[in-house]
Amino acid sequence: MSVIVFVDDKNGALVKSSLEAVNYAANIAAAKGVECIAVSCGNLSNDALEITGNYGASKVINNNTENADNSQIATLISNLVETNSASIVVFSHDFSGKAVAPRVAAKLNAAIVSGVVELPNFEGGFTVKKSVFSGKAFANYKVNSEKAVLSLLPNSLDVVTTDNKAEVITDSSAIGTAKMTIKEFKKMGGEGKIDLNEAELVVSAGRGLKGPENWGMVEDLASVIGAATACSRPVADIGWRPHHEHVGQTGVAISPNLYIAIGISGAIQHLAGVNRSKVIVVVNKDPEAPFFKAADYGIVGDAFEVVPKLVAAAKALN
Amino acid sequence: MNILVCISKAPDTTSKIAFTDEDSKFNEAGVTFIVNPYDEWYALVRGLELKEQLGGSVTAIAVGGSENDPIIRKALAIGADDAIRISAPAEDAFAIAQEISNYASDKSYDLILCGKETINYNGAQVPGLIAEFMDIAFASQATKLEINGAIATIECDVQGGTEVLEANLPMVLSAAKGMAEQRIPNMRGIMAARTKKLEVIPGTGAANNCEVVGYSLPAAKSGCKYVDPENAEELINLLRNEAKAI
Repeated sequence: MSVIVFVDDKNGALVKSSLEAVNYAANIAAAKGVECIAVSCGNLSNDALEITGNYGASKVINNNTENADNSQIATLISNLVETNSASIVVFSHDFSGKAVAPRVAAKLNAAIVSGVVELPNFEGGFTVKKSVFSGKAFANYKVNSEKAVLSLLPNSLDVVTTDNKAEVITDSSAIGTAKMTIKEFKKMGGEGKIDLNEAELVVSAGRGLKGPENWGMVEDLASVIGAATACSRPVADIGWRPHHEHVGQTGVAISPNLYIAIGISGAIQHLAGVNRSKVIVVVNKDPEAPFFKAADYGIVGDAFEVVPKLVAAAKALN
Repeated sequence: MNILVCISKAPDTTSKIAFTDEDSKFNEAGVTFIVNPYDEWYALVRGLELKEQLGGSVTAIAVGGSENDPIIRKALAIGADDAIRISAPAEDAFAIAQEISNYASDKSYDLILCGKETINYNGAQVPGLIAEFMDIAFASQATKLEINGAIATIECDVQGGTEVLEANLPMVLSAAKGMAEQRIPNMRGIMAARTKKLEVIPGTGAANNCEVVGYSLPAAKSGCKYVDPENAEELINLLRNEAKAI
């Protein structure tokens, strides 16, 4: 018996959202008294793979097929589910999880619950809570099938680590042929830019900044505190900022530890993309801006006066 | 180029989220339902653009009861040529995807387009499930799609950047922002939609693998702590020492 968790990598290391998923899977495995096995696909070093042990995996199985597509990874995972008699497969609800998890569920005839935010409850059955309505509510799902695929919403649970190392097992089994080929990878932003989807801190701005030429101070603040930059929908739609920075209901949904919103009124569609942030700071000159109702800290004031002061104070702190 | 676009109904983005029947059902009172924005703005519109460029047809498909017909008519008004509604419960993505792939498996669609997720259940499940049931390629969270003969070139959001991918048709794609721009239906489209074919077919009895047993709302914020703009530096101090966020 086991719980299987898929781990994804970037630049030679496992990504943070995958390690969170390992910790989640290990907690489920502990509750069920079974083993937690991580599964990876590619050419990561043993050093990079054995880290999964810090997060609770007892072993990590790495298939050395390079540039596998989502159908091949799904084949690998469902084969390992059979050979290791797993009944639960865990993913992160990140880009790779969204691509692979549904395929695995289809192969296993398993229930799929994505964006889960708590450990499952096995008392009298199997229920698990997930985020719905773009962060505005939670739903409790009851799993009725023999197997289940769960994907964990990034940055939703605290992670506990140990010094344990996972045993690395190399797997060279055939996993079918790719249905898609990767032609090119375009790295986001410039050097040193923080990926919005993984960022723990985010500084975001909206129409209150009056024009794209005024983003310098936003980027300064982000750079001083080590945050990613984001923006509201109108600002992306009129071309002041790139589309991939748009957070909100129809852009990117994020859940950082800190979200600083500058000159964004806080329309319900914007809140839907950011309301899972742990701490929300709002800077707006309109005291009636709806965003203040969702904020932990607020400054009613002119962004052009407030933000430079914040940059200076943050610099002094460093 | 025959394109199938999967659409789902979702509450308008400004809807109040509340529950009834001891928090076991979404309260639909006073709620306006729309075509899920990712399905409409990105998947449907890109499908129409490709049809305009390459010829062929665009069929909209939805799973559920007749309460879906207004949003199906909306898709027809925007430009879909015809529509299918599979009359089956739309409660679990697994069953919905099975119904759609059971329907599509012998129809030789070149492309099956979906939105990247619905704004009510945020599952991002149906497109990947359909791809696996039909054993074809799946481009997840795609922001660009070009077709050249029988080959699709796709850009997908991935960790830390964008992947440029190639796949042979047929394939399934889930569309994210950047794929296309929203189209507003004109009066001619709305009139034409009334007479376009909306075929209702029975489901195949796909079973649900999971079900919602209750809803809850997040805990309310305890209130906003205001910092004087004259003393804005204090905010950085609070974020460091009180919130421990930086």
